[in-house]
Amino acid sequence: MASTTAAAETPRLRPSKPTGFLSWVATTDHKRIGILYFWTVLAFFFIGGVESSLIRAQLAQAELSVLTPEIYNQMFTMHGITMVFLVVMPFAAAFFNYLLPLMIGARDVAFPRLNAFSYWFYLFGGIFLYSSFFLGGAPNGSWVGYAPLSTNAVSNMAFYAVGIQILGVSSLASAINFIVTIINMRAPGMTFMRMPMFVWMTLTTSFLLLFAVPIIAVALFMLQFDAVFNAQFFQPASGGDPILYQHLFWLFGHPEVYIMILPAMGIVSEVMPTFSRKPLFGYAAMAFAGAAIGFIGFGVWAHHMFTSAIGPVPRSAFAVATMFIAVPTGIKIFNWVFTMWGGRIRFTTAMLFSVGFVSMFTIGGLSGVMHAIVPHNAQQHDTYFVVAHFHYVLFGGALFGLISGVYYWFPKVTGRLMNEKLGKVHFWTWLFGFNLTFGPMHMSGLLGQPRRTAVLPGELGATVELYNLLSSLGVVVLAISASIFLYNLIRSIRSGEASGDDPWDARTIEWMTATPPKHHNFDVIPVVTSRDEFWHRKYAESEEGIPVAVPVGASVDEESDAGHDEHIHMPDPSLWPAIHTLGVLPLGYGLVYANWLLVGIGAVWMVAGMFGWIIEPLAEGDDDEPAVAGAAAH
Amino acid sequence: MTRKHLTADGGTGGASGRGRRRARRFVPLAGLAVLLAACSGEQNALAPAGPFAQGPQDLIVWVFGIAVVVFVLVQGLILYTSWRYRRREGDDSMPEQVHGNTKLEIVWTLIPAMILAAIAVPTVQLIFEQMDEPEGDVLTVEVIGHRWWFEYYYPDYDIYTANEMAIPTDMPVRLEMTATDLARSPDLGVIHSFWIPRLAGKQDLVPGHTTYLNLQADEPGRYLGQCAEYCGLSHVNMRARVVAMEMADFETWVAEQQAPAAVPAAGTLEARGRELFGDLGARQACASCHQVWEGEGLRGPAQGPDLTHLWSREEFAGAIHDLTPENLRAWLADPNSMKPMQYEVNGIGMPNLNLTDDELDALTAYLETLD
Repeated sequence: MASTTAAAETPRLRPSKPTGFLSWVATTDHKRIGILYFWTVLAFFFIGGVESSLIRAQLAQAELSVLTPEIYNQMFTMHGITMVFLVVMPFAAAFFNYLLPLMIGARDVAFPRLNAFSYWFYLFGGIFLYSSFFLGGAPNGSWVGYAPLSTNAVSNMAFYAVGIQILGVSSLASAINFIVTIINMRAPGMTFMRMPMFVWMTLTTSFLLLFAVPIIAVALFMLQFDAVFNAQFFQPASGGDPILYQHLFWLFGHPEVYIMILPAMGIVSEVMPTFSRKPLFGYAAMAFAGAAIGFIGFGVWAHHMFTSAIGPVPRSAFAVATMFIAVPTGIKIFNWVFTMWGGRIRFTTAMLFSVGFVSMFTIGGLSGVMHAIVPHNAQQHDTYFVVAHFHYVLFGGALFGLISGVYYWFPKVTGRLMNEKLGKVHFWTWLFGFNLTFGPMHMSGLLGQPRRTAVLPGELGATVELYNLLSSLGVVVLAISASIFLYNLIRSIRSGEASGDDPWDARTIEWMTATPPKHHNFDVIPVVTSRDEFWHRKYAESEEGIPVAVPVGASVDEESDAGHDEHIHMPDPSLWPAIHTLGVLPLGYGLVYANWLLVGIGAVWMVAGMFGWIIEPLAEGDDDEPAVAGAAAH
Repeated sequence: MTRKHLTADGGTGGASGRGRRRARRFVPLAGLAVLLAACSGEQNALAPAGPFAQGPQDLIVWVFGIAVVVFVLVQGLILYTSWRYRRREGDDSMPEQVHGNTKLEIVWTLIPAMILAAIAVPTVQLIFEQMDEPEGDVLTVEVIGHRWWFEYYYPDYDIYTANEMAIPTDMPVRLEMTATDLARSPDLGVIHSFWIPRLAGKQDLVPGHTTYLNLQADEPGRYLGQCAEYCGLSHVNMRARVVAMEMADFETWVAEQQAPAAVPAAGTLEARGRELFGDLGARQACASCHQVWEGEGLRGPAQGPDLTHLWSREEFAGAIHDLTPENLRAWLADPNSMKPMQYEVNGIGMPNLNLTDDELDALTAYLETLD
């Protein structure tokens, strides 16, 4: 479609109905985009879970052949890619999207259409990656995609290189969006040191993405050019170097670990104070520990390469740096525990998951310090001991935190409560299943079982077989537990108990507005005078520091709440982000198959979509000065 | 598949004795490890059988001990706090709004930092110790990673062998390792990792780089290992075996390996096999990838494993199968059924040569003579 005609038809391209399929495709509402992220994540989580179940079925006993070696290799590769790029990262994005504007007292993010663009890039990136199953086989070179193995055509890794690249664009656009939103759009009075800790962690994560994603983008371009166009970046025969890829990958890959864990840490830092009825212990230390983790996180990457071709000096330097990243992490753990200390802890499901997070993450942290003992890392590296470690961090850590967030903010999104009884069954089965699956892997790894092996060789011995069987049984428990969660989720959406506006006696301002929030979030943007603003509007403190409830409305200073006579300007819905990003599919396939026609179609499509996006006028009657149509370019 | 299922100690039972004696010093922390070592397979990182595996083990035992203490303290604190400060039924009172405690926060910043500093010092020392070239008499072995087998070259003796590496006991061995490259075989060269858990930690083999690994066995025995860096389709079938023997036995082994291969008497089935080895008509000959050195010309690297003294080894095909006439015949008949490979796709691995029964008999008989 030519850009000129597209522009002329723009007004008709805009769905005006607030409900229905098209209204979701065209949405620029951060809350709806957050919900889209959530359900897409759930779908990919299901697929990634099926992949892991197949892996565990294969390894349940020695010498099984449930899967062929080729399919097995595709399964663990896609499991890793899915859980990292299609589940944990976008799961955090779902929270950022839904909550960030609400928590800082904004009506939307800074760039609403760019926000939609991020979602569509994520969705199409995921579909693109999974389409490889129907086009000759999924990537099978592991989620790290080490060259030169992955530049081999047999590895199907061109799909990996292009697919992750697409997802990277999504992350990068989100990162910019959230950084600008946090810096520019906080409610009056909300200084940086009054921001909820979740917002701090969103900011830190976004900066990590901003600096880390370009690195993997470079690595993936080089990989793809090697794989598809014989570029020779990583081919030793022509002077390239495979170690360069490892450095680039992990220079992104380690910050990536913190990109996955910091949002969960932010969630836990919101949930724990609410249910302990105390403010977060050591707020400033928490914020700066998060930032410190972000900084040091860029200086420890080679600890993923301790057995690679690097000498004793880098091994030592990265070992020491790795040990010291445990310090800010330890600070956070103690601060969480002391947030609970002296409180009146209500063990809701959300709180249980947060406590579970602290507990399980500590285990992952301790095995992480063991990895830093380089001489013994040579025994642990690429064994199931490492698999155990990073699942304790990313499943016991990130996922526990994110699920805690689901239970905590579910009422905010739906106006209903999730069933607590089912929630608790979910938590305890989840905790048990998780430990049953990943606990034994510590031992099977030390007993000599390497990762990424399609068969459990009988020579490893009966003990390893037992541990593997336990792991496989653990997955069954997790599958049951996940079904309970899903059932609870759907049941509670349809017929959960009404929550009211503030079911948890919460502390932060997203609970001050209607539940579920109106399209424009706040009728009146609140003026923030302290950290935990909402709490301080509900409670004054006695001289001993004990909160005393204030009569309803007494603390709300109508005069000081800014902007109540301001015209509420909300972003218009737009189909252009979805139309524009759809072009990435032909472009991506073109790059995988070196098909210039497809590349051309994709490129023209995307440029045309960009023009349609840029010249799209504002919806009529929505602005004070509709004549200034050029403003739409903003 | 006819994989071997060795018994618990698999002929290496004596080898862990010294490791156990040393580990006893760390009872009870190491107690669990030793217990498990006694009742599990032979590829066990918890049962060191030489100094380059023992050093890291001795260090990690202490770190593990500290980790256990931290684990108990932190988890105990979490559980105690959860129990002690849970909200009681009907209690609507409010807690004091504590915002922090600078002294406490400094304490729990400094204590972990000091513990970590204490761990860092011996770690860095040991990194250098493990990687430095050992002093005194050292045996050098070049290790080349192929998809999916390890090749060994002894530069001091000009010996090529595969899958099984013979070493003398009580002598440090310095491995000089790399991966194969496109110039030598259709395998363009990918990263592998050489790992014999009981003798040393792993070290990657990177195409275009030379990496080094020290290992040493205290006792004679057969030590199992494995490629530990994912290298594609048959990664799991890329195993390694280190055969440690007394110095006298090792010297005998060297002399045997240096000798040229026996040539079978004319007219026998074995002689027919030797002919087929060099010429299979329109099909690719065995000799185009495998070397059997009969004393003439250069003994050099080949694309596939060197077969000059094949029958001196006990395992083949990436050390996943026992070397028996039956297994070898089955392998020649259909290699892919015994180890998945990619010859049809990109020339990596052994092709199916569609050998007839007669040809299989002759070739197997010939290969058996190569001891």
